Amino acid sequence: MEVLAILIPVSLFLGLLGLGAFVWTLRKGMYDDPDGDSQRILDTRYDDKPKPMPKDDD
Amino acid sequence: MHSVTIRPSACPACDAAPAAEALAGKAALPDARILLSVPDVHCAACIGTIERGMAQMEGVRSVRLNLTLKRLSVDAKAGVEASDVISRLDRLGYEAHELDPGTLSMTETEKQGRELLMRLGVSGFAMMNIMLLSVAVWAGAEGATRDMFHLISALIAVPTVAFAGQPFFRNAWKALRAGRMDMDAPISVALVLTLFISIYETLQSGEHAYFEAVVMLIFFLLAGRYLDFRARAVARSAAQELSALEVPRAVRLVDGVESTVQVADLAVGDVVVVRPGGRMPVDGVIISGKSEIDRALLTGETLPVFAAQGVIVSAGEVNLTGPLQVRVTAAGKDSSLHRMADLVATAESARTRYTTAAERAASAYAPTIPILSFGAFVVWMYLSGGDLRLSLNIAVASLIITCPCALGLAVPAVVTSASGKMFRKGLLIKDGTALERLAEVDTVVFDKTGTLTMGTPVPTNLDQHAPDSCAVALALAEGSSHPLAQALARALHERGVHPAALDSVTEQPGYGMEGQWQGQRVRLGRADWVGADARTTTAAYLAMGGATHAFTFADHLRPGAADVVAGLQAQGKAVWLISGDVPGAVQELAQRLNIADWQAGALPQDKADKINALQAAGHKVLMVGDGLNDTVALSAAHVSISPASALDAARAASDMVLLGRDITPVADAVRMSKTAMRRIRENFWQSGIYNVIFVPVALFGYATPLWAAAIMSISSISVTLNALRLK
Repeated sequence: MEVLAILIPVSLFLGLLGLGAFVWTLRKGMYDDPDGDSQRILDTRYDDKPKPMPKDDD
Repeated sequence: MHSVTIRPSACPACDAAPAAEALAGKAALPDARILLSVPDVHCAACIGTIERGMAQMEGVRSVRLNLTLKRLSVDAKAGVEASDVISRLDRLGYEAHELDPGTLSMTETEKQGRELLMRLGVSGFAMMNIMLLSVAVWAGAEGATRDMFHLISALIAVPTVAFAGQPFFRNAWKALRAGRMDMDAPISVALVLTLFISIYETLQSGEHAYFEAVVMLIFFLLAGRYLDFRARAVARSAAQELSALEVPRAVRLVDGVESTVQVADLAVGDVVVVRPGGRMPVDGVIISGKSEIDRALLTGETLPVFAAQGVIVSAGEVNLTGPLQVRVTAAGKDSSLHRMADLVATAESARTRYTTAAERAASAYAPTIPILSFGAFVVWMYLSGGDLRLSLNIAVASLIITCPCALGLAVPAVVTSASGKMFRKGLLIKDGTALERLAEVDTVVFDKTGTLTMGTPVPTNLDQHAPDSCAVALALAEGSSHPLAQALARALHERGVHPAALDSVTEQPGYGMEGQWQGQRVRLGRADWVGADARTTTAAYLAMGGATHAFTFADHLRPGAADVVAGLQAQGKAVWLISGDVPGAVQELAQRLNIADWQAGALPQDKADKINALQAAGHKVLMVGDGLNDTVALSAAHVSISPASALDAARAASDMVLLGRDITPVADAVRMSKTAMRRIRENFWQSGIYNVIFVPVALFGYATPLWAAAIMSISSISVTLNALRLK
């Protein structure tokens, strides 16, 4: 049972990591256009390098 | 927005100063950010075409198409106008409408949406982590291990409830203060009470704690709220922000000097100048100038009316060919536009507030939750001889099991699914209750001009004319902004006709175009002016070499008009056509579309009266219209739809907006709303059945946290899946 002392903090840490990632994607506006994103993957324009982000697009 | 006011004054330099200021203001303008609604986009190719095509446009910095909202945002250098972007999009093959980027409400709704999504995410992650610990407890963890797991769960659950539960606490507090009982009050009580009992149990090394149930309840309820919010936000952002057609300013003439003033500042007796293409800002009488005016939006008449000195004009009409000076007879509150607005307000207040199925279910169900669990508490106190802890535990178990998380999803899941499907077809639901009201409709009333027809004339007999007369007609028509001339020019261009070489082409405002062709005078315009016999149908007349030729026109049917009427009739709906246009034109269209019931020459109040009469006879009426003359009828009807090309006032008065040109989605929407209502009722039944089965289990004291969690997720998922079945 001593292993719990390691496993529980680890699982909580992973949970927090996931939450942090979610907050980051939300702040970056990744849920603003789900339909568009699923279609944009078919576009070959930005296959080499990503489109530069407009500055005022937070 | 600032207006430049130039008043006559003693010093000419002072007059020039504001103009100079305006010029300087223009130079320092910030970059333009243009937002457009583009209803026809649907695929990766559309994104590519538009973004590539727009990026090549002069002055455009960056372009981004949002496919979910069907909205294009363009960042451009100052000076790039929305109209330039719209015409560019038109050439790319997409119809677009401007949105007002300055509105606060849009950023406000976006913020609200993100906030809800954040709470949903936090409760989701908390739920997963607590569930991991709970599974261990259910699998048989005992003693100190179980207590520790409960304690860690409590540490996650308490901040989660405090953060993610806020929307419910806020609403419940608001409702209680107003003396109302809604769903949020029992939900909040259940959340807080369950949390406290669970903490107490944890501290007492109890066997059952409901942390995962509390957080799961929040998660599913928030999911319902978020879906509901999304459906409404999409509609609101696109429908309300289509920018207004009405001009708030007018050009006033004082002692021969023109100045731009706010319409609100005009007084009776002022003289305003209305240029060709401009909209009448006020009611008045023409004191000089000759022109033709387009009354289609006010009265539904397709033909422009001749206007000269003495003719009475109403606010909202469009001046077509020549400049006019109008003496104001009524401005502001007394103008016909305002009287219309008053009629709309009266009609709207007469329409009783609609109670949705969800509200009816909630108001019936909300009191049962606390009553059941309080009853369970009292009975078990009596049965167990005063065992407070046992009775409280059972009360909490029944509270959490009766809590309506499937009920909270039942309506939003279906509405989201339905409005998403309709949005993809090109119909936008502005009002949350519109879908339910649409399902009850048994009579559909259509307006003619601009609704079933495009409101733009198309030449019908070009084949009967000699190439010479076509070439001359084109050369004359090209110079005019009159709708018939423009339609003629467009049609002749499409046929590959080249304009004839004419000399000294001039426009006689109110009459037509005149020019010299091979030494003889040619004219294109009104029948009496060119010396032709007027026909009964809409026509433009060409006088050339002693003979006259008539180019006849017909109003273009809106795409899908025949289908939509046939589709609605097939669904058993009664279809009416009510128009302000002359009987001949209305009857012709009614016969073409196979509509038996029609009425012509209807004034705005007549339309509303007809709808009220139909509704008094027990019918539920769907009104489809676009003009100012339809606004009263739109707000009087049970539910209403207007095309995106409609006037702002008409769009504001209607519950749904048709985004594309095609009107077919109206029939689909009526059909789909019925299916959606069936799904909603099925969902109510489903979540009801779960309660009927499991509430007794909780009341008899057999419910465990595992039960609660299982029932909650199964019922929520089955309700959501049922909503997704919607076709």
